[in-house]
Amino acid sequence: MGAHAHAAHADHGADHQHHHEESFISKFVFTQDHKMIGKQFLVTAILMAWVAVIMSVIFRLQLAWPGEGFAFTNFFLGDKWAPGGVIDPNMYLALVTIHGTIMVFFVLTAGLSGTFANMLIPLQLGARDMASGFINMLSYWFFFTSSVIMLASLFVEGGPASAGWTIYPPLSALPKAIPGSGAGMTLWLVSMALFIASSLMGGLNYVVTILNLRTKGMKMTRMPLTIWAIFFTAVIGILSFPVLLSAALLLLLDRGMHTSFYLSDIHIAGEALENTGGSPILFQHLFWFLGHPEVYIVLLPALGITSEIISTNARKPIFGYRAMIGSIMAIAFLSFLVWGHHMFITGMNPFLGSVFVFTTLLIAIPSAVKVFNYLTTLWRGNIIFTPAMLFSIGLVATFIAGGLTGIILADSALDIMVHDTYFVIAHFHIVMGMSAIFGMFAGIYHWFPKMYGRMMNTKLGYLHFWITFICAFGVFFPMHFIGLAGAPRRYYSYTEFTMFNGVVDLNVLVTIFAITGALAQLIFTGNFFYSVFRGPKSVQNPWKSNTLEWTTPVEHMHGNWPGPLPVVHRWPYDYSKPGKAEDWVSQITPLEPGETEDN
Amino acid sequence: MSKLLILIVVLVGALAVAQVARVYELTSRLRGKREEDISPADNRMNARLMWAFLVAYFAFFIWLIVAYKDKMLPVAASTQGVETDWLMNFNWAILAVMFVVTNVLLFFFAGKYVYSKDRRAFWFPHNNKLELLWTIVPAAVLAVIIIYGLNSWNNITSPASPDAVVVELYAKQFDWTARYPGQDGRMGATDYRLINGDNPLGIVTAKSIATRLAEIDTEIAEEEARLQGVLPDDKVAEIEDHIGYLGRMASRIVNLRVVMEQDIKENGEASTYLHGADDVVTKDFVLPVHKEVDILIRARDVIHSAYMPHLRIQMNAVPGMTTHMKVTPTITTDSMRTHVMHDEAFDFILLCNKICGASHFNMQMPLTVVTASEFTAWVAEANKKPFEPAGTQPGAMAILPDSTVNLVGDSTGAAQAPSTGH
Repeated sequence: MGAHAHAAHADHGADHQHHHEESFISKFVFTQDHKMIGKQFLVTAILMAWVAVIMSVIFRLQLAWPGEGFAFTNFFLGDKWAPGGVIDPNMYLALVTIHGTIMVFFVLTAGLSGTFANMLIPLQLGARDMASGFINMLSYWFFFTSSVIMLASLFVEGGPASAGWTIYPPLSALPKAIPGSGAGMTLWLVSMALFIASSLMGGLNYVVTILNLRTKGMKMTRMPLTIWAIFFTAVIGILSFPVLLSAALLLLLDRGMHTSFYLSDIHIAGEALENTGGSPILFQHLFWFLGHPEVYIVLLPALGITSEIISTNARKPIFGYRAMIGSIMAIAFLSFLVWGHHMFITGMNPFLGSVFVFTTLLIAIPSAVKVFNYLTTLWRGNIIFTPAMLFSIGLVATFIAGGLTGIILADSALDIMVHDTYFVIAHFHIVMGMSAIFGMFAGIYHWFPKMYGRMMNTKLGYLHFWITFICAFGVFFPMHFIGLAGAPRRYYSYTEFTMFNGVVDLNVLVTIFAITGALAQLIFTGNFFYSVFRGPKSVQNPWKSNTLEWTTPVEHMHGNWPGPLPVVHRWPYDYSKPGKAEDWVSQITPLEPGETEDN
Repeated sequence: MSKLLILIVVLVGALAVAQVARVYELTSRLRGKREEDISPADNRMNARLMWAFLVAYFAFFIWLIVAYKDKMLPVAASTQGVETDWLMNFNWAILAVMFVVTNVLLFFFAGKYVYSKDRRAFWFPHNNKLELLWTIVPAAVLAVIIIYGLNSWNNITSPASPDAVVVELYAKQFDWTARYPGQDGRMGATDYRLINGDNPLGIVTAKSIATRLAEIDTEIAEEEARLQGVLPDDKVAEIEDHIGYLGRMASRIVNLRVVMEQDIKENGEASTYLHGADDVVTKDFVLPVHKEVDILIRARDVIHSAYMPHLRIQMNAVPGMTTHMKVTPTITTDSMRTHVMHDEAFDFILLCNKICGASHFNMQMPLTVVTASEFTAWVAEANKKPFEPAGTQPGAMAILPDSTVNLVGDSTGAAQAPSTGH
């Protein structure tokens, strides 16, 4: 299959007029071209992100001004779920749940990996396409179907899944406990099953392509860090997503087939259930066995993208290339040994808790190495502030702020008092949410010329960055304080307690920043879609970058390169190398006599 | 209609932004430069904004600390909490240094090394000594954090001493109930199948088993009476299903009774089945100061979490298992009111901290910490109202109605061991 596809692509490559003959359907819809599939992932993710952003604005309104009616809320939720514009408590929990699900899986997993793995793997490695174009296409359409089902679940009778994005049973198993655990939850599980299938197909393709389809001279140690990050992301996904699938299937059985994997000794709505012998904690183990690696599934591609962009725009080699690879490996490995830190207060054996404290805090070491390497890359650089560079620096800032609070949460004794409070919300939104979305924005601004052959507007990019960056801290920094005041997450309002009166005004501040930040995304979305059609034409290598994707023609073609594939002679970070006329040297430039490869 | 209008406004707004951008691009092209090129002025502006951001970032941080430090949780009111707070401050001290150093370097470098045509970046691809340095230093710092952290963790999670006061917290949607062991100082066994209006915790006694069986008996009779009427087929099936369910429930409860009798025979007075009747089930959650308390936590329906922020303790309540946490309160509610909070209405609060349904946000219970002598007096008073008032002696099997046993058939035939909730 791979060899055959290769031959076919080579034919196409010989005559790049061929793509005119493609029909609309095979070019834009059921395409097997990795570049178009990447763009499909991106556009779908942008639309899904808007759904999740609007949800967050709705629940932020409720948190800032609890019980007040808003036309905005009523506009989206209607009279059933928001009579008089005041959101119903069940719908509040539903929005929190779906916001998390969409952001974590549909935007930051599929949107980030799907877009950049597809765009960059063949282009940066010098391949005609992915190993299997067909499985790649299926991967997108499974993702698309799962997105449609997830959105459809918003419209069922009892509302969408409402048990939090972590869907802990028994709450998620019993429609009597919360209405969202009826049809909404079933659709959630079906949607996630398809999503996992999509993610596995994508992941296998990425790994196979990276291992087998590198062009001549592209040794593993000459791969850009984006590819290294995507490689380990795919490996993590392949190993951990099936566990979530099994967790979801067992939950489906408990819900529909009277099994008792997760249920035991439950008395609800006046009746004792017959389930005995199951354990709700089992689900948490299975869930977090994916759930924690998932954090790195969204974070690693962002870190890879940032490494590439910081090096390019600081006109300086990434500091410690091999240490960067090593830390990605270490993070990927450790990510499988830390899931229990989400469960310190479930009644888990305290000794087991100690082990998870130890492994979790170990992750801070490779993370610190990465931060210091970024700082050293910036030191004495020659920095060009493209919007992509700004978002990359923003990522380093959020990675620092969120990473440090992670040390508090990993320390089980401290986790007891901040577990499930707003402190946790602040931590993971900064370190995972903001870092990953900043990496995604950076990637979009940086590779937009490669994707669409046009440039995005830089001034709007600056405006977008600075508002988003300020709002990111404006939203999530005060949440640490709300959490340290003891305020739990997933509370519909805090009016029932006097003890939170001192910090509720922070909720107003947070909401104002949140709305401003959401509006700033209009600038991005407008800039993006406008530039797709009307942006100024790009030159072949607008950022003077070394990597292979910038040696392809601006106009997309099947097979990526007209004529033979490029041959690689050096690592990707020869920026400002002494003795060179330019401050960049493309990977396809042969080493001069006597020149050493410095990585 | 209004929705349509709003959509149109949004679309027109987006178009307007696009047109402004277009005009801007065209005018810059007229001035002979490409908009997407990054000009020296752009670079300088962003570099300065980086420095400005650093200042604003730290200022915001300091403002938050100054403005809200007195609105955080008050002083910890338990020995565990005092230890946690110390550890928290110790960690913050380390993290603050790392936070300031890394952020200053990041934004300072970003603002300082702005692009110049006349300069080249410093060629510095790697340096083993530096890389080793920032592997070893974080590792050493983390080792300290881990050692102190695990030390506290072990102190907090070690088993409570045998003479600790025992209290049970029972969670359900959306309230809490407390249980005290009563006169005999021991908690009785529980089973969720025995839960009814009078026995919200499902405490096992001969009487509660008999009552529950009689209830099921009545319910079956009612359902069977309904079957006599004219009903659609699906309704009949539904009722028959329900009767089957009730029968199975009754047989499990009979099993439970067999297990109970066996246990009593083997262990005599030590059997946990003999200690339920005098338990105190109450909505008052009272703890003694300066005395270790072992809190047992159970849940009826979904996962809840017993969170007492003032005492800095928290533990999940999980259906099907009992979790523990120990705490030694150090400040009474009265001293909190007069000496710490200066607020006569202050109460320690127990709140639910695991999403559990629509009213999760209001699942709370006040906690009163009293002096040792007040606690003794309170317990003596509470013990006067046991779960089963005196007169029904534990182990009084005679009151069981025989009809129930006949109804569910031979109880020895069923193999399933009932859960005791422990």
